[in-house]
Amino acid sequence: MKLTRSEKVFDVCNIVFMCFFLAIILFPLFNIIVLSFNDGLDAIKGGVFLWPRKFTLKNYQTILKDTTVYRAFAVTAAKTLIGIAGHLFITGIAGYAMSKPYLIGRGMFIKMGIITMYFSGGMIPTFLLIKALGLTNTFWVYIVPTLFSFYDMIILMNFFRNIPISMEESAEIDGANFFQVFLKIIFPLSMPVFATIALFHGVYQWNDFFTAKLYVTDKELFPIQYYLYQVLTSQAAASTAKAGVYVAKEFTTKSIQLATMVVTTLPIILIYPFLQKYFISGMLVGGVKE
Amino acid sequence: MIKMRFKKILKQWQLQVMIWPGILLLVVFAFIPMFGLMIAFQRYHPLDGFLGSPAVGLENFAAFLKDEDFYRVLTNTLAISLLKLAIGFPFEIFLAIMIYELKMGAFKRVVQTVSYLPHFISWVVLGGMLITWLGGDGLLNSALLWLHAIKEPVSFLGKADNYWLVAVLSEVWKDAGWGTILYLAAMSGIDPGLYEAATIDGAGRVQKIMRITLPGIAGIIALMFVLRIGGMLGANLDQVLILQNPLNMTRSEIIDSYVYHMGLSKGDFSFATAIGIFTSAVSVILLVIANFATKKINDRPIF
Repeated sequence: MKLTRSEKVFDVCNIVFMCFFLAIILFPLFNIIVLSFNDGLDAIKGGVFLWPRKFTLKNYQTILKDTTVYRAFAVTAAKTLIGIAGHLFITGIAGYAMSKPYLIGRGMFIKMGIITMYFSGGMIPTFLLIKALGLTNTFWVYIVPTLFSFYDMIILMNFFRNIPISMEESAEIDGANFFQVFLKIIFPLSMPVFATIALFHGVYQWNDFFTAKLYVTDKELFPIQYYLYQVLTSQAAASTAKAGVYVAKEFTTKSIQLATMVVTTLPIILIYPFLQKYFISGMLVGGVKE
Repeated sequence: MIKMRFKKILKQWQLQVMIWPGILLLVVFAFIPMFGLMIAFQRYHPLDGFLGSPAVGLENFAAFLKDEDFYRVLTNTLAISLLKLAIGFPFEIFLAIMIYELKMGAFKRVVQTVSYLPHFISWVVLGGMLITWLGGDGLLNSALLWLHAIKEPVSFLGKADNYWLVAVLSEVWKDAGWGTILYLAAMSGIDPGLYEAATIDGAGRVQKIMRITLPGIAGIIALMFVLRIGGMLGANLDQVLILQNPLNMTRSEIIDSYVYHMGLSKGDFSFATAIGIFTSAVSVILLVIANFATKKINDRPIF
């Protein structure tokens, strides 16, 4: 197909726009990485943009020696992995049962779920409930309230419905019960949709700091995001109070914070491009059906 | 009758076992808090509990309607949401169309992958980065100084007047790319024959966008619009908690953070819950109005 002059102009403008867009996203992020490899005291002088002026690995070495950071990473990794496993299992088996039209109570459960999509108790009643359940200052406050999601269950249910019933029947004839069918047949056949939900729930667990802010005061249970949050907000308070003495120290720790941010974000950034084709189609299943 | 039903349930006990953990969790974590809303009509004190606290009728609602802070907070919330609607919403659609128009497959994939990237960065980390970028010697001030757009560094986070813009633009930066997914999916459903026919008729690119692409995604645009109107009173709590500081407090406090501060920092549970109820009621009304309006324009309702 031959392009007309105006078509060419359009394409060139579009490519220029996209390059600009890419730069707006990537350049600031690159700047953070550069700063995290620059000496902290030197960075205060400003002017470090595209390449470290005084290269150092000290910021990263400091994190690796800090047991508080270590511990916070371990908590985050644990709540992400256990959270994903629990969420997929509880929501998955519910979705499987719901995919059977003859399930008794199915209609009632759908109605209950739809109500929760429009109304909720909100922050304060939920807070009082979690407290009354004794979940505050336990690891399980990160896991138990997120085990089940009605929305994710609907997505899974719709996916399971499209699996040919004959595959299940042949397994049932061989004497397998529903749990075995779910684990051995349904789960492997539904990898794309499970991968999507695992990614979304994993990102939520990895990035969430608000649960810790609301319910956890025990430093041993702080996830990395809440640790960072505390460092950042206490520093903002200190600098607005114009505590001149702390300025030098504060700015050296800033490059250490930036290194912590890079390490915190890296795992997700490395994983999501590989799951991209899954989550796009997964979002559609959720968005279109219902 | 009951015996027969019981027998039926017993027959599918395995399926029932699979569904009950979900039902139980939904009841505990979604329904019980709904009953907790009654503390909005009480002078709730943790020691007295739900049943022992005195009922006060609508006193808490009257209290926040007389509260000057509430109106300031409401103004901030609406201003930030409206700015997001005016800037972020059209930009997402524009970006989706431009990505769709990219012809080179590899470049298109790179643009898409990079555009999703900021969505995966947490607000805490992004907040820390913003503090760095927007600082006196940060990226933005240096760039603006270099372009001679400003004479001296601007305090973006330390000056209340600048907060709305920072909140809106940082969210657009973070989520515009992510917002294109649904639009791009809707576009992939448009019949390619329409574009071919238009080409034969001599239509240009811009004409094809206006006459084929945009009408093709009108339904999803209307849906997104309704959802955004419904979410008008819920600005971004994570964002506020990280970007807020004593200097920008007058412009950065939004309804959600006000509920958090009044309820959980100051312990006025009933007052905060009353605001929560008011907010959800208004949100449902907004949703209904927006749905009705798009129905008028589009000839079909979203819900």
